[in-house]
Amino acid sequence: MKSAPAKGLAKAPTGIAGLDEITGGGLPKGRPTLVCGTAGSGKTILALEFLIRGASQYGEPGVFMAFEETAEDLDANVRSLGFDLQQLVAKRQLSIDHISVQRSEIEETGEYNLDGLFIRLAQAIEEVKAKRVVLDTIETLFSGLSNVAILRAELRRLFGWLKERRLTAVITGERGDGQLTRQGLEEYVSDCVILLDQRVSDQIATRRMRIVKYRGSSHGTNEYPFLIDEEGISVLPITSLALDYPVSNQLLSTGIPALDAALGGKGVYRGSSVLLSGPAGTGKTSIALQFARAACQRGERCLLIALEESEAQIVRNARSIGLDLEPFLRSGLLHVQAARPTSQGLEMHLVSIHKAVRQLRPKLVIMDPVSNLAPDRMRETNAMLVRLFDFLKMEGITGVYTNLTEPDGSLEQTQVGVSSLIDTWILLRQVEVNGERNRTLFVLKSRGMNHSNQVREYRLTDEGIVLLEPYLAGNDVLTGSARLAQEARDREGEVTRLEELSRQQGVAAARRKALEAQIEALKAEMAGLTSEEARIASAEHRRQKRLVEDEQAMAQSRRAAKNGARRGENDG
Amino acid sequence: MAERPANGKRSAREYELRLYVAGQSSRTIAAISNLKRLCEEHLAGRYSVEVIDLLEKPQLAKGEQILALPTLVRKLPSPIRRIIGDLSNTDRVLVGLDLKRPA
Repeated sequence: MKSAPAKGLAKAPTGIAGLDEITGGGLPKGRPTLVCGTAGSGKTILALEFLIRGASQYGEPGVFMAFEETAEDLDANVRSLGFDLQQLVAKRQLSIDHISVQRSEIEETGEYNLDGLFIRLAQAIEEVKAKRVVLDTIETLFSGLSNVAILRAELRRLFGWLKERRLTAVITGERGDGQLTRQGLEEYVSDCVILLDQRVSDQIATRRMRIVKYRGSSHGTNEYPFLIDEEGISVLPITSLALDYPVSNQLLSTGIPALDAALGGKGVYRGSSVLLSGPAGTGKTSIALQFARAACQRGERCLLIALEESEAQIVRNARSIGLDLEPFLRSGLLHVQAARPTSQGLEMHLVSIHKAVRQLRPKLVIMDPVSNLAPDRMRETNAMLVRLFDFLKMEGITGVYTNLTEPDGSLEQTQVGVSSLIDTWILLRQVEVNGERNRTLFVLKSRGMNHSNQVREYRLTDEGIVLLEPYLAGNDVLTGSARLAQEARDREGEVTRLEELSRQQGVAAARRKALEAQIEALKAEMAGLTSEEARIASAEHRRQKRLVEDEQAMAQSRRAAKNGARRGENDG
Repeated sequence: MAERPANGKRSAREYELRLYVAGQSSRTIAAISNLKRLCEEHLAGRYSVEVIDLLEKPQLAKGEQILALPTLVRKLPSPIRRIIGDLSNTDRVLVGLDLKRPA
């Protein structure tokens, strides 16, 4: 058998959430894959799920050769995962054979080979026309049979035999000291090697998966956390940060008209990520819930990941700001997934979020608050959030994340790790003035939109969130009672001005009246003067007339005493 | 393909043995001849042997938990014992059949 060409390598999808993404489509088709890990790391579950999904989703029946557990044990184990092996066996899509290897029962007396195993495998494959085979855990043979030389030769023959038959096989192996498997199976299976691992830190166990090798295929080299729950395995893929997100020009309302306006008119872009950061009590959750309501009202599904409060608490608190979430919860448009991050490891938590997103296919995901994921593991949290944000962006899902910040810390400095993935960043603050705290909101950034640069005060009222008109006094934004006081002062000022105006009007009127009176007086005086002039003139006229009369009378009398008159003049 | 000593009924025998093989390989032939010799030497008249070729009856491999070939299964007396290999090591076969204490 020659190795498959590097390009266009055929792959067999596992159907396991996330695994097909990190392997670029599944396991190498028609070739064996080694899955190794410590006891309890999930090898058997992975192998079984590969078969079950192959049979039920991809029309590829499978054979499970169990070297450790009996068919009954397996059935019981996966029943708790929601898989029904019996049914698949009954439908001839799955064949399970338990190979018991008890050293105490076996006596070795000379040359032998493992033809019995080959015959059984061939029989089982023929029975269901299998395309997939699992050998779990074939190394058990080494504990049952003592001739290592024979076993090694037979294993080599077995893997060759599987390849010849173009079977997609999963071979599990227990992790050994200094090598991937105790018996060095990696030596025989060189196409694809997956390593599973379970580590405990802070009393929380985290499962991780790593593709050690994948011949002829590119694959992620990171460790991917994975989860085993009632629906099987979910792997959290670290998607490539290739920046090739689908972008949408559609704008979505934030649920707060005034905030939409501050963001440039119509809200935020679909598929963008919105960060609401602020200290405790700034109403981060309340604002986030407005987004949720707006989404539900548009008929879009919304997933609320509550990391701090229970669903009941959120519903109650929402009611206090006039927001009734019950109808949305009942209709299934709103789904609340509440969990304390400490109950699960950070990675497990994000895996479960991934899973919920994949199942629910929401249009909006709210995480409240992201800062609560692992407060003492900030760097790791950021790394994980980058992955999650990236995942949601790739899916075109709008993300709203709240982030608790220190009241006195620099808001711009926190969450540096995620800021580059945030499209719209709204800062919420509490401004303390005059012995009270008031809430203000500021759009720090909003990519691709002409957003307001104003700091706005807002109130949480029983009718929702109300942004108040910006109120500026000098260079300050006035909030709370300072705002009220300034408003009052300004109102008072207006009254005073009006009063002053009317007073001034009064003064002017009075002055005008006074002037009019003066004019009247002057006119009267003038009239008086005129009549005086006339009187004087007539008196003069009378005097002149009298003088004339007197002179005439004197002239008459002088004619009689002319000389006497002249003498009188000389004396005078 | 079953082989039985001519002198007795299977059900009456103290030792009920089955030899599983795959085809007529040299190892199969060696195992059969080793078994015959051994039984005649140690269990004469007390045994029955059935030789089963799994290439002809592959479905029997699963039920008998056959892994290596050849495998000799001691069905009776109980408990079931499995002896694998071409049976060339007589001492070990006898140990396996509980005819001899382990050395």
